[in-house]
Formats: sequence, structure tokens, C-alpha cells
Amino acid sequence: MNKIKVNIFVDRNNLNKTLELDKNSIVSDLLKSLNINPVTVIVSRSNELILEDEKLKNNDEIKILSVISGG
Amino acid sequence: MNCCNQKPVMEMPSGERLCKSHFTEYFESKVFNTIRKFDLIGKEENLGVALSGGKDSLSVLNILNKLSIQNPKIKINAIAIDEGIAGYRDKTLEKASEFCDKNSIQLHIFSYKEEFGLTLDEMLKILKVKPCTICGIFRRYLLNKKSKELKLTKLATGHNLDDECQSILMNQMRNAVEASARLSPKTGITQNESLFVQRIKPLYLCTEKEVTAYAFLNGLLDNFCECPNAPQAFRANVRDMLNELEQKNPGTKYSIVNSFLQTLPFLKEKFKGGIINICLKCSEPAANEVCNACVYLEKLKISRELFKTELV
Repeated sequence: MNKIKVNIFVDRNNLNKTLELDKNSIVSDLLKSLNINPVTVIVSRSNELILEDEKLKNNDEIKILSVISGG
Repeated sequence: MNCCNQKPVMEMPSGERLCKSHFTEYFESKVFNTIRKFDLIGKEENLGVALSGGKDSLSVLNILNKLSIQNPKIKINAIAIDEGIAGYRDKTLEKASEFCDKNSIQLHIFSYKEEFGLTLDEMLKILKVKPCTICGIFRRYLLNKKSKELKLTKLATGHNLDDECQSILMNQMRNAVEASARLSPKTGITQNESLFVQRIKPLYLCTEKEVTAYAFLNGLLDNFCECPNAPQAFRANVRDMLNELEQKNPGTKYSIVNSFLQTLPFLKEKFKGGIINICLKCSEPAANEVCNACVYLEKLKISRELFKTELV
């Protein structure tokens, strides 16, 4: 199996989605595929912050949280 | 390089990768160093914190509350303004109240409805103005007036490095250098303490990303909630441009703010001595004979009578 499935939630757009990515994908690949600038978000998995070079796993639940203020 | 054997949660512009406890320690030290560097807080203060319930103001309040616990001569009060924006402010105020209750911090809430007779939503039905213009005028007016009534010595706000950087560039692009002379970690006219309560920005050197990470790691980050009046095309464009630059050249935002701080004394010298009037209607500080808040209240009154606007 050369692909993994990752469930993502993007808070700014209130978007829930399952994405298929290459097996060795890391967080920055995920952000790139969504056209999100890493400076503008923090990323968490199981309520823990993860860095851009963190390797993603099959069935990961990833939250992409905007750092931009809403008001 | 990792700081220790714990899992890293944030990478610094230097490349150092910090775990949760080292990042929290780094962030809080940075805020305390900012307070010392710019002499933001004295040994004895009755401090106010302007609280919206968002990540920036909650982070400031959390850190200043720690300072107050260490030093009982520094008293903390939270002030929140309820503009009356349905579906937005009610949610953020809930988070603000919850935090203050949990930490035994006195929270004072003042609303546009009680103070001016109308919510912001109602004002915008009556007057065709940019929401952020009118909202900002009334919010600043109330924060200053209520801070004086509460005898606060200073008012801390949640402005961060990104906010300041955007304001500096926006002023440059609008050729409004005089407005930049009023930007700094400490604002307000100190010579006239009876008119103005000085504002301080303890998060001045913290990026928005650092503040969000701190808020997340310390349970201060709530669900994303955007003000329905938020889109300010110009600021949003400048913000996006800065974030693109920061991604390509890490440290750009620090460089902009640091170089601005070096020019600030010259700007303050050049634009010093503006005359502050006392509003003929409400006795609050004013740039002209009547303050902007009273000007808009009069416009609202006239428009409402002329057009008999239905507010429901």
C-alpha cells in the first residue's frame, strides 16, 4: 500500500475531509496539498502539536488551526 | 536541534525545536522580558486587561495573572466590551467569563447597548459606515472611560508582533507616518493621565503563531470564531503578504518591527505636541471640539429620526 488516508479538520473553513496522501507524507506535504501557508496555522494530532516534518500515518486525525484572529 | 528528550511542539526561527514545557517557559520569559525592556509595568499597579475572550487577550491575562500572584502589589482586572454582535461576541464573552471565574479575576463587562442605547448590529442598520470604524471608535472610547472610572493605572491589550507589523506597513502604504508615531509597546499620552489611561502591549514581540501555540498548549484556545464584520480588505492583504514573506524569509516580521523601533524616537520627536481637547459634550479627550464617539452618536440620532429605522 503506497497511500495513506488522513482525516483532517480545518477550523477556519469548518472543513472536515479525508485525504489520500503518499505513504511517506509529512505535515508540510499535507499543508502544501491544501495550499495553506504553514506560518498561518498550527497542526495537532490527538490534541498534541506536531511540527511540519512529522510523518503522517494511516487514519491520522489531524486538526489544522488558524493562527489568524477572528475579530 | 531538540531542546530535550521530550517531543518538540514548536520550531523557533533559529531552528531550535522546543517541547511543551520549554516552549511555555520561552514564551512567558519573552513576555516578561518585553515588560522589562519597555518598562511596561511598575512595582505597584492596578492593571486592566482588555479581554475579548480570544487567544491573544486570554494569553496576556493568563501571564499577567501569574505576575500578580507572584507580586500582590500588581492587581489585575479584566475589562470586556460587549459591542452587541449577535453570534460572535456572546460566544467569546462566554470563554472570557469562564476563564475569569476559574482564576478568580474580576471581570467588568460594558455594553454598547447600555452605554449608548444601541448594539453595534443596530447601529449598522441605521448608519452606512464601515463597521470596524464605528466599532473601534466606541470601543476605544469605552475602554478609556471605564479604565479611568475603575482607577486603572494601565490597560494591557493583546496586540502581537503581527498586528504591529501590519499597522506599520499599512501606515507606510497610506503615507500616514504620523499614525506610526503613536504605535509602540506603550501608547497613550503620559503627560495627561487624567484624560488617558496608558495602553501596554506585553505580546509586542510575540508572533501570532507563537501566541496561538501558547494558547493551545495552555487550554486557552477556543473554537475558531470570526467576527461577521471582520473582512478588512487592506489589512487582510497586508497580513497575507507578510505571511508569504515570512514563509520565504523567516524573521521578516521581527526585522520590520525592530527597525521600526529604531526609528520610533525620531517619529515621536517630529510629531510631538499635538493638542488634546476636552469634548464639549462628554468631557472625554477629543482631537476636535467634540470627540468622535459623540459625533457618531449624533449622526445615529439624526439618521434614526429621519429614516425611522426599524431595529427589529
